[in-house]
Amino acid sequence: MNPANYVLLSALLFSIGAIGVLVRRNAIIVFMSVELMLNAANLAFVSFARMNGNLDGQVVAFFVMVVAAAEVVVGLAIIVTIFRTRRSASIDEPNLLKY
Amino acid sequence: MTGGEVGTGEAIVFWVSGTLAVIGALGMVISRKAVHSALFIALTMINLAILYVANAAPFLGMVQIIVYTGAVMMLFLFVLMVVGVDSSDSLIETIKGQRVAALLLGIGFSILLIAGLGNGLMETSSVGLDAANSAQGGNVEGLAALIFSDFVIAFQVTAALLITAAMGAMILTHRERWLPKKTQRELSQERFASGQHPGQLPPPGVYARSNAVDTPALLPDGSTSDVSVPEPLRARADVREVNEADLEDIRQIAAGESVVDSGFEDADEGSEGEQR
Amino acid sequence: MTQIIPAEGIFALLWVLIALPAVGAVILLFGGRRTNSWGPYLAVLTVVGSAVIGVLMLLALMDQPAEQRTVVQNVYDWVFVGSFQASFALQLDQLSMVFVLLITIVGALIHIYSLGYMAHDPDRRKFFGYLNLFVAAMLILVLANNYLLLYVGWEGVGLASYLLIGFWQRKPSAAAAAKKAFIINRVGDVGLSLAIMLIFITFGSITFQDVFGQASEASEGTLTAIGLLLLLAAAGKSAQFPLQAWLLDAMEGPTPVSALIHAATMVTAGVYLIVRSNAIYNAAIWAATAVVVVGLITIFMGAIIGSAKDDIKKSLAGSTMSQIGYMVFAAGLGPIGYIFAIFHLLTHGVYKAGLFLGAGSVMHGMNDTVNMRRYGALKGLMVITFITFMAGYLAIIGIPPFAGFWSKDEIIHAAFERNWIIGAATILAAGITGFYMTRMVAMTFFGKARWEDDAHPHESPPVMTIPLIILAIGSTFLGMALLFWGNIETWLEPVTGYESVPTPLPTAFYIAVTLVVVVIGAVIGWVMYARKEVPIEAPRGNVLTRAARQDLYGDAVNNVLVVQPTYRTAEALTTFDTKAVDGFVGGVTSFVGDLAVRLRRSQTGFVRSYALSMVGGVFIIVLALILVRLS
Repeated sequence: MNPANYVLLSALLFSIGAIGVLVRRNAIIVFMSVELMLNAANLAFVSFARMNGNLDGQVVAFFVMVVAAAEVVVGLAIIVTIFRTRRSASIDEPNLLKY
Repeated sequence: MTGGEVGTGEAIVFWVSGTLAVIGALGMVISRKAVHSALFIALTMINLAILYVANAAPFLGMVQIIVYTGAVMMLFLFVLMVVGVDSSDSLIETIKGQRVAALLLGIGFSILLIAGLGNGLMETSSVGLDAANSAQGGNVEGLAALIFSDFVIAFQVTAALLITAAMGAMILTHRERWLPKKTQRELSQERFASGQHPGQLPPPGVYARSNAVDTPALLPDGSTSDVSVPEPLRARADVREVNEADLEDIRQIAAGESVVDSGFEDADEGSEGEQR
Repeated sequence: MTQIIPAEGIFALLWVLIALPAVGAVILLFGGRRTNSWGPYLAVLTVVGSAVIGVLMLLALMDQPAEQRTVVQNVYDWVFVGSFQASFALQLDQLSMVFVLLITIVGALIHIYSLGYMAHDPDRRKFFGYLNLFVAAMLILVLANNYLLLYVGWEGVGLASYLLIGFWQRKPSAAAAAKKAFIINRVGDVGLSLAIMLIFITFGSITFQDVFGQASEASEGTLTAIGLLLLLAAAGKSAQFPLQAWLLDAMEGPTPVSALIHAATMVTAGVYLIVRSNAIYNAAIWAATAVVVVGLITIFMGAIIGSAKDDIKKSLAGSTMSQIGYMVFAAGLGPIGYIFAIFHLLTHGVYKAGLFLGAGSVMHGMNDTVNMRRYGALKGLMVITFITFMAGYLAIIGIPPFAGFWSKDEIIHAAFERNWIIGAATILAAGITGFYMTRMVAMTFFGKARWEDDAHPHESPPVMTIPLIILAIGSTFLGMALLFWGNIETWLEPVTGYESVPTPLPTAFYIAVTLVVVVIGAVIGWVMYARKEVPIEAPRGNVLTRAARQDLYGDAVNNVLVVQPTYRTAEALTTFDTKAVDGFVGGVTSFVGDLAVRLRRSQTGFVRSYALSMVGGVFIIVLALILVRLS
């Protein structure tokens, strides 16, 4: 087996995450899908680090995790705020910014 | 374990954990209930952590478990609780063609990526991280050496980012109090000043029956009090009548006489709520 | 060879000549009502001051030897762009000198006359401001030492003419006449500006000195083109065929304006331009021939129109066209005619100003009636006007020893030196002149009174009659004075050149024939209009009369040849603009608008739709990358 399989797995997970973002309406699940996509990218980074014999990929994955954590905090805060005003967590509801 | 080539043990780990990760991802997308989705993605993340460890990244594997499964997923669950645990999505798509297009694009995208990457990567050989890890004495030491030397500015910036994010979350969820909090005295004065009945309402009349909330309380003079019955019942006109025969029985009971149990059957005819 | 002498002594005041009336115009036009009471007198004073300076300069210039009579004063450097250099520089030489005197002295007399004539006009101050503006611009025109500065004066007098023709702009006819004069003059101005450009391209300079010095070096074709363009300019300004149509309508202006601008000075600017550019015409024989043809046609057109008009001012305007035709004709004859063109210009300036002022005096006494059929028998009631008018009359028809005789006789003689046919034509025209002037005098001063009921003819006040008397004296003696005492031939000869060709017959013969023809014309006029009753309603007349009453169909020709085609072109362009241009532009906008309305529908407000398009974009990019890498 070749370590490249890890990269293919990451591509698969990324695509599933993308479908989740497009299909689900619950803002929290959309957020989870985004997290899945980030994790898929991390897996690819880790695999590439191993394949290239270089730790830089792991460092970048580490930073991605930090940024993802920050993003989750702010994103969830926004969802909570929207929920407070609209009593709904659907991302189709805030659609006033249109033609 | 940390070599360039994948051994049999690692292959088994890969196929098991990889399969579980994909199942978790699919389950997350498919589940109707948000809580199920959260649990499925937690499964995916744990399996990803295993794959990190298998992939010569033990530090990242630990961080993945602690940060994602431990902190981020708990945050998700917490927010789910705030928003409403059983708020399940309806599965009817409202945007025309969105679901079909999303599925086509997603599947096509994954095929494209897997085909392209597979085509490009399968021929390459893997170097492995043994040399890189042993240079500093281990994986964690190696990462630390990189983070605090080459990536130190990025590290500082992410620190600032985290603090800013925390501040942002606080500001976003903070609700400003516009009026001073009322003291108990003020609340009490308000209650009396409104002119309505200040105290508790009388409880309904209680008889040893299945549901006695619809029975009005008897006042000392023998009449009934309407306010003792909850308002929705009053609105639905579900208040049970109290017939004169019963009142007579009560008086006899109060006077210590025995009563022939006969009149209650009649009273049941007037109410429908009890017969359910 | 002429030498340029520096502007010293009295010549240092050269710029003051122009500045005086210019300052007067500025004060009167910008000073507002405060200057109402004393403004007109200031205007008169500025022009009189210029006239005094002019006379002093003449005396100083006469003290100089003949070849040192060119003074150049550089007032300031005006346009200096690369090789194009035009200074605000003034040049006083013999030719400019006589013009300065004509403009300032006649101008001063007409200013004084206007004090009386315009006494009751509420806009008196504005009128004098315009008159001052005109005098200043005309002085710039004749004192310029380069073509560009000449052009400034040229446009300035055009502006003053426009303002003064339309001075009574409450009358629609006056406003229309002003516009007509302005527009027709623009045609000529285009000729002048093109001529200046061509001169600069050809000679690399626009000063008279440089251009005339190198004139013989340029090709004849170029010189002919320049000459024809200058002729176009002269035709516009001097109301020569084919741009003659504006002068008759210009009589809508106040009579002193007609006298100063449309008889004595401005309309002669074309003659000045041709004579000034003599070096170009000497080398371009075809251009000179064109000048002769234009002059000859205009002589007859003017004379015929003058014979038919019942309006005394329009009749005089026709006469002016005819007389300027003589000058242009003489200028086209070349070195044998330049001097006499200027000579005739000077005498005509004086006697025609006198005639116009006399006509104004008659109108003044007749409730501003201009129809000669309502005049008659005025000679006893307006004695001074009658006598001065008669002096002008004798001068214009050329009876010795009045001024016109000497100048017109010289032109006729010069014509015979060139060609006996054109000489004969000028004699014939002189006969027509005798006819129409006699007709005018007979209808106005002789015969029976045909006045309107409320007319009370009376003599004008002294402020009007004194200028008339001075101009009548000029009409009588100026010819002799210039010819015998002033030696105008030798005076102008350094500027214009002079040559004389012997004629087959003795000079006295031509004089005799001319006089006989003139007297015949005058007698016909007398018989037709003094001996016979003049009907108040004009008779239908013959074909020529009716044509002449319509200005020989000048307006109709312009209408058919220029106005209607212009209208139709404009309409076609408007149609093209609204249909094609606007249609294209509107089509583009409506296309973009429709497209925008359709594209707008893609902004659904749903985040997931936007995300879908993002994923689609990523898909395409990845596809492209893979295709590029794999191929």
